[in-house]
Amino acid sequence: MKYNTDVVVIGGGAAGMAAAYSARENGANVILLERDEDTGGVLNQCIHNGFGLQYFKKDLTGPEFKEFAKERLKDIDILFGTYVLEIRKDKTIIFVDKRGIHEIQTKALVMATGARERHLNSLPVPGKRITGIFTAGLAQRFINLENLKPGSKAVILGSGDIGLIMARRLTLEGIKVEAVLEIMPYPGGLERNVQQCLKDFGIPLYLSHTVIAVEGDRRLQKVIAAEVDYKWDPIPGTEKEFEVDTLITSVGLIPQIKPADFLEADPGFIVSNTNQTSEDWIFAAGNCTVIFDLVDYVAKEGEKAGKYAALYAKGEYTQSKKVKVRKGENIGILHPVYIDPTQESTLYIRVSKVFDRASIKVEPLGVEVIENDARPPEMVVIKLKPFDENIDEIEVIADELISKLG
Amino acid sequence: MSSSQNLVKELTCVRCPLGCKVRIEYTEELEVIDVAGNKCPRGREYAIQEISDPHRILVTSVKVKNGKYPLASIKTTEAIPLRLFDEAMRIIEKLEIEAPVKMGDIIIENFLDTGANLIVTRSIERL
Repeated sequence: MKYNTDVVVIGGGAAGMAAAYSARENGANVILLERDEDTGGVLNQCIHNGFGLQYFKKDLTGPEFKEFAKERLKDIDILFGTYVLEIRKDKTIIFVDKRGIHEIQTKALVMATGARERHLNSLPVPGKRITGIFTAGLAQRFINLENLKPGSKAVILGSGDIGLIMARRLTLEGIKVEAVLEIMPYPGGLERNVQQCLKDFGIPLYLSHTVIAVEGDRRLQKVIAAEVDYKWDPIPGTEKEFEVDTLITSVGLIPQIKPADFLEADPGFIVSNTNQTSEDWIFAAGNCTVIFDLVDYVAKEGEKAGKYAALYAKGEYTQSKKVKVRKGENIGILHPVYIDPTQESTLYIRVSKVFDRASIKVEPLGVEVIENDARPPEMVVIKLKPFDENIDEIEVIADELISKLG
Repeated sequence: MSSSQNLVKELTCVRCPLGCKVRIEYTEELEVIDVAGNKCPRGREYAIQEISDPHRILVTSVKVKNGKYPLASIKTTEAIPLRLFDEAMRIIEKLEIEAPVKMGDIIIENFLDTGANLIVTRSIERL
C-alpha cells in the first residue's frame, strides 16, 4: 500500500507519542509507526512510580504515563506491528507488516527509536555463554509483563536506575539479591533510587567493583567480583564469590539509530535545539539522540521535534544558522550539539566528575547555573533564550564553586 | 539549638526525582529539632515520617484472567508503611483479576487498613 502524509514518526515510546501529538497540534497529518501491539515502549514494563512529575504534573507509573500520553493520540493514524526497513533520501519510508511491504511518501520524519541495552557479552568478562545472564530490561519484561521468574538468587552488575529498580523488583518477588556491583566510585542512578531500592531492603552496594568471571555448567552457578583501581583493573586479592543462578546487567544503553544510520551520529543522532538532524527533513528526539535521566525530558524533546517537523512540512521552518555547542572543562555529555540561535533551546548536561557545588557557565552568553551535589548521573538542564546570530560557538564549562564566605 | 545528645539522619527524599538531601535532627523520643535541605514541604514531611515509620508507594503486578496480557501493573494510591510490604506481596500473589480492567480500577479498598487503595495502572483488554 502507498501512503501520503506530512509527518512520519518512527517509534511509539515516550518521545514518539509526544512528537506525534505535537505535530498534529501544529497542523500536520501524522502517521506513527510502532513495532509492538501497543504504544509506550519501555514505559509498559517500568511499573514503578516517579514518572511525569514535570510533564503531566502528576506522580505516575510508566504504564499510567503511557495511557495519559496515548489519550492525546485519538486522531492520529497509528500503524502497529510495523517495522521500518528503509528510509530513502527522496523522503519515502519503506516498512513491513503482516500485510506486506508498504511505502509512505512524507514531507518530514521524526526518529524516536529509543535505545538498546548493552549486554554482558560486549564486556570483557571471561566465561562460557551460560544461561542465567540477563539484561535488566529483559528481566524486567519477564517479571512485569510475562509473569516469568528469571531465577532465585541474583547479583546485579551496574547501579544505573534500571539496575536499582530491578534490585527492588527482584526482592519483592522473592528473588534474593546478594549484591549490586558498580565499577564507578559513586552510584550510577538517581539518589532516590539508591535509597528506596537498595537501602530500604538492605541490599549491599559495592562501589568500585565489577564482575571478573562467571562460572557454571549450562546455568550460571557463580559470579566472581573484584574491586577495581582507578584504571578499572581488578585489584588482586579483593575477589568475592557469589553463589547465584542469575546475573542481571545494567551496563548502559546504546541509542538505536537504524535504519537512519546515514545521519550524523555519535553515538546517538546529532541534533540541534530544534531536533533537526544532519538531513533537513529528519528530526530526532529522546534516547536515540542521547540517554536521558527522566521520561519527562524525553517527552518534552519529542514534543519539540514534532512541532518543528510539522513546521518544516508546512514550509514554515528551515534552519538558518548552526551554532556549535562545545564541551568545555568537566563536561561529560552535552546535548544538543548545535543551536539555531533564532529559537529557544534547552541544554542537557552531565558533568564529568562529582562536585560539592558546581558553577555551570554558558559562554559567551553569560549564563550561570549553580548546582549542589552535581554528579554525572544527574542531568543538569539549562534553558537559553534566542541569542545573537553573530556568535559562532558557545561553550559550557563546569567548575567547583569556592565559597567566598568560607 | 544543636546538642550532642540529639540524633541526626541524612536522607534523600524520595517524594520526587529531585532527590533533595534532607538533614533531620531529632531526639530519642522522636521530637523534631530541625529539618534542613528540603526544597519543598514534602521533604520535611518525608524526613519526619522516615525517622518513625518509613512509607513507600508499593508497585507490583497482578495476574489477569482472559486478558490480552497475563499481568496488569498495580500500585497503592498512597505510600503505605514499608514494614507491611512482605504481607502485601503475599496477598497480591494470591490475587487474580478478570479482564477487561481499566487504569484506575480499584482492586482492594483500604488495603491492609492503610487508607490507601490498591489500583490498576495499566488497562488490559479482554482477549
